[in-house]
Amino acid sequence: MSEQVFRWKEWTRPVTPVSREVLTSQPADEIDLTRPPLLFVPGYAHGAWVFAEKWLEHAAGRGYQAYAMSLRGHGDSGSAPGTTLRAYAHDVVQVAARLPRQAVLIGHGVGALAVAQALSRYPARAGVLLAPVIGGPRTLAAALRHNPIGTVPGLFGAPLRLGRRQLFGKELPVGQARQYADRMGDPDAPRVVYQLARRHLPQRPVGGAPVLVVGSPDDRVVPRASLVRIARHYGVAPLLFPGMGHDLMLDARWQEPIDAILDWLEKEPAAADR
Amino acid sequence: MRRDNWDLGRSPVDFDATNSAPPPATTGRSATERSEHVCVIGAGAAGLTAIKNLRQAGFGVDCYERETGVGGAWNWRHDRSPVYATTHLISSKPFTQYPDFPMPDSWPDYPHHSQVLAYLERYADHFGLREHVWFGTEVTRVVPVPPEAGGGWDVTISGARGGGADRTQRYAAVVVANGHNWSPKLPEYEGLDNFRGEVIHASQYKDPAQLRGKKVLVVGAGNTGCDIAVDAAQQAARCWHSSRRGYWYAPKFAYGRPADQVNDLVARYRLPLWLRQRLLQRTLTRVVGDLRRFGLPKPDHKLLETHPITNSQLVYYLGHGSVTPVPDIARFDTRSVEFVDGRVAEPDLVVLATGYLPRFEFLAPELLNMDAEGRPRLNLHVFSPNFPTLAVVGLLQPDSGIFSLMHWQAVMVASWLRLREQSPARADQYWRSHHHEFNRRFTKAKVKDSTRHWFEISHIDYLRAVQKALDELEPAA
Repeated sequence: MSEQVFRWKEWTRPVTPVSREVLTSQPADEIDLTRPPLLFVPGYAHGAWVFAEKWLEHAAGRGYQAYAMSLRGHGDSGSAPGTTLRAYAHDVVQVAARLPRQAVLIGHGVGALAVAQALSRYPARAGVLLAPVIGGPRTLAAALRHNPIGTVPGLFGAPLRLGRRQLFGKELPVGQARQYADRMGDPDAPRVVYQLARRHLPQRPVGGAPVLVVGSPDDRVVPRASLVRIARHYGVAPLLFPGMGHDLMLDARWQEPIDAILDWLEKEPAAADR
Repeated sequence: MRRDNWDLGRSPVDFDATNSAPPPATTGRSATERSEHVCVIGAGAAGLTAIKNLRQAGFGVDCYERETGVGGAWNWRHDRSPVYATTHLISSKPFTQYPDFPMPDSWPDYPHHSQVLAYLERYADHFGLREHVWFGTEVTRVVPVPPEAGGGWDVTISGARGGGADRTQRYAAVVVANGHNWSPKLPEYEGLDNFRGEVIHASQYKDPAQLRGKKVLVVGAGNTGCDIAVDAAQQAARCWHSSRRGYWYAPKFAYGRPADQVNDLVARYRLPLWLRQRLLQRTLTRVVGDLRRFGLPKPDHKLLETHPITNSQLVYYLGHGSVTPVPDIARFDTRSVEFVDGRVAEPDLVVLATGYLPRFEFLAPELLNMDAEGRPRLNLHVFSPNFPTLAVVGLLQPDSGIFSLMHWQAVMVASWLRLREQSPARADQYWRSHHHEFNRRFTKAKVKDSTRHWFEISHIDYLRAVQKALDELEPAA
């Protein structure tokens, strides 16, 4: 199926603009134009800070202009009533289009779904989906199993609370994990939670951007079967990091996934040379 | 990573296409390699999206631009740019922007022309388009190469400011994106030669200071004419605004939102034309009112039958009495102008906002299938019906923003060229069933026949046809 040219919603009901938090780490040396800028998109309840903690600086150290944004209602970004997944994808495309060059979009959790949707709007160099949450019964079942107390109120419009054990692997010291879990915010987006009850299989990326799916078989938010399924949707196999939790960028062995992603970007011919 | 012609100072006219010796290693390209490339003429809004979408589909592209910067008509530094200080978009952002590169949320609904230029420059930088553009280089001739000689196109280029000898380069395909708002259309009036006042075309109007303290007659009620009349209402000592017929003046905002967004709320449902016209006419009479009270003639046509005029301020200044509406000009005298209703005005300055004509001097008329009046008749307003590797991007008068439509035109061109390479049999089939459809119109309304309205389209009817073409051009999975 070719790209759809009719964008009635964009035309007649544009997304309400908000201010957006964007953090950045820049390479110390002269910018290498062969390396595309990276845009990291955190997921539900996560702000730009989760990437600023470790990954931004690490990517900049490897010569990439690295940016992390907060979706609306998260971090220091503004919020708007009636926030939907569409508004998240809109935020991603808005930030991507302001970057100096064609960017790689790297989304985590619900942020990965926003990135997947943004990829069908904006011709990125490449897309990386980290532990993508695409919604549906499997996501709900996993959330209810591992965190019933935090999840059930979310289904009735109250804030969805993410737990420490849900987000992090066993190797991360408990004190550290608790500190991170305390920093998770309340995005006040009940419509997003409702939307996630349904499974969202994104449209194919515009401009043929290659897609990498990264996750952990021990992730308590995204079951392995979901990872395989979304990867198959893009015709690839997921890259797995056993023993890690959902928040790959904060977990004890945070360096392994980011290095694997950057290695993939350097090898992937369609991503690096277009 | 393509860094082959990053050095913009190097002009392609340094090459000799007929030279069989390999080119210097630093350029990384040979003349034979270029014969697989696509040539894009012009680096304005249409040319930029053509480069971007052709590159995205995997084509090598050389773009020739006579000016020294991107942006075409929207670059006020260019001597052919029609923009004036008060130019703003008349279609709101969602309709205007390229669909895959949105304008910033922080910009207003109808950005200023300087923002539009900044947008186009960002687009060029973001997608690395400048490295494919040869600036200061003008295309003087485009000639098809007969298939027995290898096919393709011989494109002759020369330095735009008269520098450098002509060179000819061979290309697989040519995309014409030279714009249609740079060659002024000048009407003839009885006695105009004897008129002692100043007469300029709107293309020479740059700044409201040109009007200050003068008695100004603005001719033409297109969007430009109305803008200049509004400027004159604020700056000039007196302003007459001459229009041939009554028009519908759409406001920029209705119900607190950009009016085009409100319009498409209705337009998305496939209502019959008469119902849509009635609904819109009703909305306009409610929001704007009956303009005969302000001295304007009643529109002699239904809504949607002429290019829409979007101007909220003209009516306001008519109501202040700072613009005097007058009908068509009958004749000029040495000091005065007489209108068809017998009224007389004595302007110091006459601004002819009478529009522009498309021009394709570098192409023989039959290549674009031109009719006796020199209007290209193209399939989907894009494809030459006689030459499958010749296309035009941007030759539209839409009832909506144009950049998004140009984007889809460019995507169509890229898909078409790719299908020709990947699946010649299917391309041939597409060609045979569609190439003769060049008389198709893309608006249901009976559009007034004039030099402006022959390529008038409704964005919805046009995009329906584009979607169908894209589906057909999609390579089999």
